[in-house]
Amino acid sequence: MEFTPIIGLEVHVQLLTKSKLFCGCPNLFNPDNPNVQTCPVCIGLPGSLPVMNQEALRLSQKTAMALNLNLANFTKWDRKQYYYPDLPKAYQISQFDLPFSYDGWVEVTLPSSGETTKVRLIRAHLEEDAGKNMHDESGRGGDSKVDLNRTGTPLLEIVSEPDIRSAEEARVFLEELRLLLRYIEVSDCNMQEGSMRCDANVNLHVHEDGEKIPTPIVEVKNLNSFRGVEAAIEHEIKRQIKAWETDRKRIGDVPKETRGWDADRGQTFGQRGKEDAADYRYFPDPDLVPVTTTDEQFDAIRATLCVFPADRRNSYVSDLGLSDYDASVIVDQGREYADYFDEVTSVCGDGKQAANWLTQDVQRELNDRKIEIAEFSILASVLGTVLQKIVKGEITIKSGRAVFTELLAQSDDGSDVTANSVDTIIADKGLGKVQDTGKIDIAIQAVIGNERNAKAVEDVRGGKQQAVGPLIGQVMRELKGADAGYVRQMIIDKLTS
Amino acid sequence: MDITGSTTGQLLDAMQNGTVSAVEVTQAYLNEISAHGETVGAFLSVDSEGSLTQAAEVDRKRSSGESLGKLAGLPVAVKDNICTKGLATTCASRMLENFVPPYDAHVTTQLQNADAIIIGKANLDEFAMGSSTENSALQVTRNPWNIDHAPGGSSGGSAAAVGARLASMGIGSDTGGSIRQPASFCGVVGMKPTYGRVSRYGLVAFASSLDQIGPFATDVTGTARLLESIAGYDVRDSTSVDRPVPGYSATVEQPLENLRVGVVSEFFGEGIDSDVDASIRAAIDVYRSLGAEVSEVSLPHTRYAVATYYLIACSEASSNLARYDGVHYGRRAEQFENMIDMYAASRAEGFGAEVKRRIMLGVFALSEGYSDQYYLKGLKVRRLIRNDFDAAFENVDVLAGPTCPTPAFKIGELVDDPLQMYLSDICTISANLAGIPGVSVPAGFSSNGLPIGLQLLAGPFEEEKLLRAARMFERETVWHTKRPSFS
Repeated sequence: MEFTPIIGLEVHVQLLTKSKLFCGCPNLFNPDNPNVQTCPVCIGLPGSLPVMNQEALRLSQKTAMALNLNLANFTKWDRKQYYYPDLPKAYQISQFDLPFSYDGWVEVTLPSSGETTKVRLIRAHLEEDAGKNMHDESGRGGDSKVDLNRTGTPLLEIVSEPDIRSAEEARVFLEELRLLLRYIEVSDCNMQEGSMRCDANVNLHVHEDGEKIPTPIVEVKNLNSFRGVEAAIEHEIKRQIKAWETDRKRIGDVPKETRGWDADRGQTFGQRGKEDAADYRYFPDPDLVPVTTTDEQFDAIRATLCVFPADRRNSYVSDLGLSDYDASVIVDQGREYADYFDEVTSVCGDGKQAANWLTQDVQRELNDRKIEIAEFSILASVLGTVLQKIVKGEITIKSGRAVFTELLAQSDDGSDVTANSVDTIIADKGLGKVQDTGKIDIAIQAVIGNERNAKAVEDVRGGKQQAVGPLIGQVMRELKGADAGYVRQMIIDKLTS
Repeated sequence: MDITGSTTGQLLDAMQNGTVSAVEVTQAYLNEISAHGETVGAFLSVDSEGSLTQAAEVDRKRSSGESLGKLAGLPVAVKDNICTKGLATTCASRMLENFVPPYDAHVTTQLQNADAIIIGKANLDEFAMGSSTENSALQVTRNPWNIDHAPGGSSGGSAAAVGARLASMGIGSDTGGSIRQPASFCGVVGMKPTYGRVSRYGLVAFASSLDQIGPFATDVTGTARLLESIAGYDVRDSTSVDRPVPGYSATVEQPLENLRVGVVSEFFGEGIDSDVDASIRAAIDVYRSLGAEVSEVSLPHTRYAVATYYLIACSEASSNLARYDGVHYGRRAEQFENMIDMYAASRAEGFGAEVKRRIMLGVFALSEGYSDQYYLKGLKVRRLIRNDFDAAFENVDVLAGPTCPTPAFKIGELVDDPLQMYLSDICTISANLAGIPGVSVPAGFSSNGLPIGLQLLAGPFEEEKLLRAARMFERETVWHTKRPSFS
């Protein structure tokens, strides 16, 4: 018997606006000081009225462009009504039948197979986030508390078609989504802080006797890590296969089930079923006016978009000659990392050189220091200057590393390192490649003429080429920055001609 | 000087030329409230101390030559569904009996900027749901012309306060006639402006797409003066409209040339009281005598207005009032088993019968499977009603008719007949559905001495025209100068 997992994701993303969606309260993650980012509007006091935050809509529309979604010129706000203590108005301002965007897609590449697929998106709409209920977990029945700091935070809901076929694909889709949203700077997509949250709808298509049988859909709620999403779906697929084998229930035989994810036990668990299907009694919010956006306004937003991660990977491979692997490593580190790489490349003129340094020398330092590229003390322009000298043949790679180490040492001592620092270090340490053949000639003569080297000189003359090594070393010590290959040739020429 | 018998214009003049001080004016009204307040029951709270302090500040500003607002020293009764920072705003509901808002409504701020004196908070039908103020959970309000009769509603407290001369002006809200109908019942001028003309920020919502705040005064000029002080764009209300506010009081004395008056035939239908019918036809004759061109006009969708109104208003109300759940503020039941029970018990205790009736109607009308045939159908009919008015205003400047088919009914008379009560709004409701302005002006008395109101309606943002037309009638008649016997 064959099973195809059918997976659709609902992703909630908090937008990086300064203020909340319908009031002027600050939009900040602030779990330690409950109920300080509130006002009559977001706590729903009698008589208060919402006013739409234009920036939230703009960021949403920008996101839709990056997700290949169609944008609506006309959109409106609806009330989704239900009672819960973290929802002070007892309705959430959301979008029902006319969301601001619909029909899009995200392309993902699976690491396991290298296969690239398109995950279609049904829609993305904007809504206000709820607050947070905190229940007494001691089991002693203490009061529940409500924190409304988060209430009214702009929240983008992105709904995929059930196009995802594996837990891995779900994780990669989410990772690509996060990368994209971070690139365009609309959300920090921090799953731990809840600025990105995911629900997964999972069922199976059972292929049996030439028939395709869909099994009941299960919604797994509140997945709060990438690993959690993958593990929960993997577990759910296995559980559903077992369930099919024992009860052979098809879609429609039972109501849609909602399950939670226990990360510690690695299991999904049944939550209280929705005995009576929720009726949210959606209707247009009479306190808000519909929103019209012109094509010119869309163009203005489009002009603020950066190059998307997928396009950036492609251009690194085709324009700069990077490997697929290196291109992904750089792009997947985030926009600041890729921007750093771009600047190094543009200063030194060699993408491969820049990629090597970034993925090795720089990455090692970042790892050792546990910092992000934004905190790295050597600016892209400075590293670019070092690499430019290597590319131009002014210093050797080895000298480049020495400059790099010295730059780090100087900045660790509290100095600002600049492109000028590079020149100073090269000059002070004599790391410049010695192009002066006269100078090299004198140094070679001195080494050859040294009594201590008589044996080695004889050996070279006698054709023992490996004996030339120590001689080169002495010349190089004398003349830091000379090209070793050139020195070797000069010595051999002198002793054997 | 007979302070409480004066119009707003007379009071402003007297304070300006030093005949009386603002403190004297406020004190005179406070004295009236002491004498008759309990009989009328117009106020849920009276801010004696605060209003005298405000009045003293007006006098101080005047004596030191500082600039003063347009309403400087005029006591105003504010309907108790409009937020006043630090003063209880109860909506006449057990649910919000102890609610003291931490902020002012836009209108409250506008009144303060105009140096008006907020003398007290006026009674209303609970959450403005009703046509008699009998649905107040906190107090009975009586018609100052006959205390056995209702003052109308839902802004019955404000209308009765002005009618009984317990305040020189009043602020109300009108969702289906809640300013115009009580103005008619209490013999004062009351106006519902165009939807969006006055910010709703701080008005506790009943039906958001219909609610509009408006003025009461004893005459048209006072009404114009109050409207121009509270109207205008407010960024905090997305439905308020950004267009300049004309100086209504400056033009109100100018008669309209070649005025075309349309008489709405549907407003003279079955159930109209014969005294009302006679008074309104006489009022229309006044316009004829002034040279106005009078014609009969039909608004064919009027017969659907009450049904449409109750679908839309109750649907919105069911959503707007969902927030009163006992979790964050307002009444919370003391006895409950669990969370759901806490919601249910708090709402069962906090809301009165009419509010519950409307919430249930609204929840039903918005339910899955029903919203298409009820709420959404209601929105379509609403559009047809607006189209009726648009067509009518192509040919006439104002529409005229009774504000209410009957004079004030007796307290208790219609309490057990909600449908009949709903029908008393038949002439006023359409204006809310269409979003247009309307005004009720005193136009006579019934045989048993109860006031009758003439309603005039105009196109969107035609308040200036409406007020001038109303003033033309008022100048020719004496009805607005009559006062209830005890006042």
